[in-house]
Amino acid sequence: MQVTVTVNGQEVTRDVEPRTLLVHFIRDDLLMRGTHWGCDTSNCGACTVWVDDEPVKSCTYLAVQADGKSITTVEGLEKNGELDPIQKGFMECHGLQCGYCTPGMMMVGRALLDKNPHPSEAEIREGISGNICRCTGYKNIVASIQWAAEHPVSTEASEVTA
Amino acid sequence: MQTPAPVDYAKATSVAHAIELLQQLGDEARPIAGGHSLLPMMKLRLAAPEALVDLNDIPELQGVRIEGDHIVVGAMTKHRDILESAILHEHYPIFREAEHVIADPIVRNRGTIGGSACQADPAADLSAVGSALRGTAVIQGPGGTREVPLREFHDGPYMTVLEPTEVLVALKYPIRPGAGSAYEKVERRHGDWGVATAGVFVVVRDGVVADCGIGNAAVGAEHYCSPGAEDALIGQPATEESFAAAAKVAGEQCNPSADQRGPVDYKRHLTTELTLRALRRAAAASQGA
Repeated sequence: MQVTVTVNGQEVTRDVEPRTLLVHFIRDDLLMRGTHWGCDTSNCGACTVWVDDEPVKSCTYLAVQADGKSITTVEGLEKNGELDPIQKGFMECHGLQCGYCTPGMMMVGRALLDKNPHPSEAEIREGISGNICRCTGYKNIVASIQWAAEHPVSTEASEVTA
Repeated sequence: MQTPAPVDYAKATSVAHAIELLQQLGDEARPIAGGHSLLPMMKLRLAAPEALVDLNDIPELQGVRIEGDHIVVGAMTKHRDILESAILHEHYPIFREAEHVIADPIVRNRGTIGGSACQADPAADLSAVGSALRGTAVIQGPGGTREVPLREFHDGPYMTVLEPTEVLVALKYPIRPGAGSAYEKVERRHGDWGVATAGVFVVVRDGVVADCGIGNAAVGAEHYCSPGAEDALIGQPATEESFAAAAKVAGEQCNPSADQRGPVDYKRHLTTELTLRALRRAAAASQGA
């Protein structure tokens, strides 16, 4: 079946089997390996991407279901060569650790801040409750998202030079 | 790597179109809603449909609205939209309380109330809510539309009264002025299936329980409800003693299985305790406390 999707702003068309999962379409057909493929059972959240700006677990979503829709992956967070604050937050606060859950954590973290720019720690923990970190390093991940909340894009230039 | 077996796929654009596709594609075609039960089952070969009819892009199946004295929830309304629905929260806070403990925010972006009802998992929280509220399933098929009480919708675990070419289009809940409602759940970790759950509504008038509905999930309660406990409570004074007596019946009359979530006596104990807590809170809300 032919599928046309917009991935990080670029339209792509591919022929896929209907059974192809979105995570494999992204990684194996589009060769974008930033999205990780983890538990395969919609528990761990490593495969989280946005479909029409909503985070979904791409291991539990067929590529054909995304036809005509817009997908954002972790590669799409960076804008004009500048990392998104959520990415900088993970650097600043050592939120990556082993790095496996990181793309999913960043996608839910960014989506959370887009809806709620100043979340409480409890709201952040609820927000990432569908994402499992097997390093169990949630403290640094929460701190990374808090860092991003404190350094939004609009004020970034001044803070970077300050 | 887990991948579903080869399958055909068609995207339905309306309910009529979905029914037409199900008729064309034959008995081994299945509708797919959020896919968070069906796709994992297909990966594990527990389900092997020959074709999927995708209901996700049918606008008429979306949303929460009031029609007369009922709240109508489109079958493809997502868990997140139920969690955030002001209409549902105003009339039945039980929905928000239940949604808070269903899966996680990303899964709630995708999973639907109708998909949950049709999956008929014995631990489905919203099925206990629907039975407690004595809701109705609105079903459309080639011959037209029919309505089935939610307490008759499930034939057993993973079984419903839907025919292969029928589609669940909406769930309806009667509005009950003055009702309080609450949901209680014990789970091993946040977002897991319940070990035991209780969802109730209570209408208290002049200190007496005028009406109530008691639902339980995950403990083998037939049709996710406890009519025996309801009979024990309706007409009784709205007191701790009455709630405890009714909750005891719920614990006695459910039929839990021992599994990795716990032994039978523990689940009965939880059913009693959670039903009591839910009744207490719902009755207090009904009395404006």
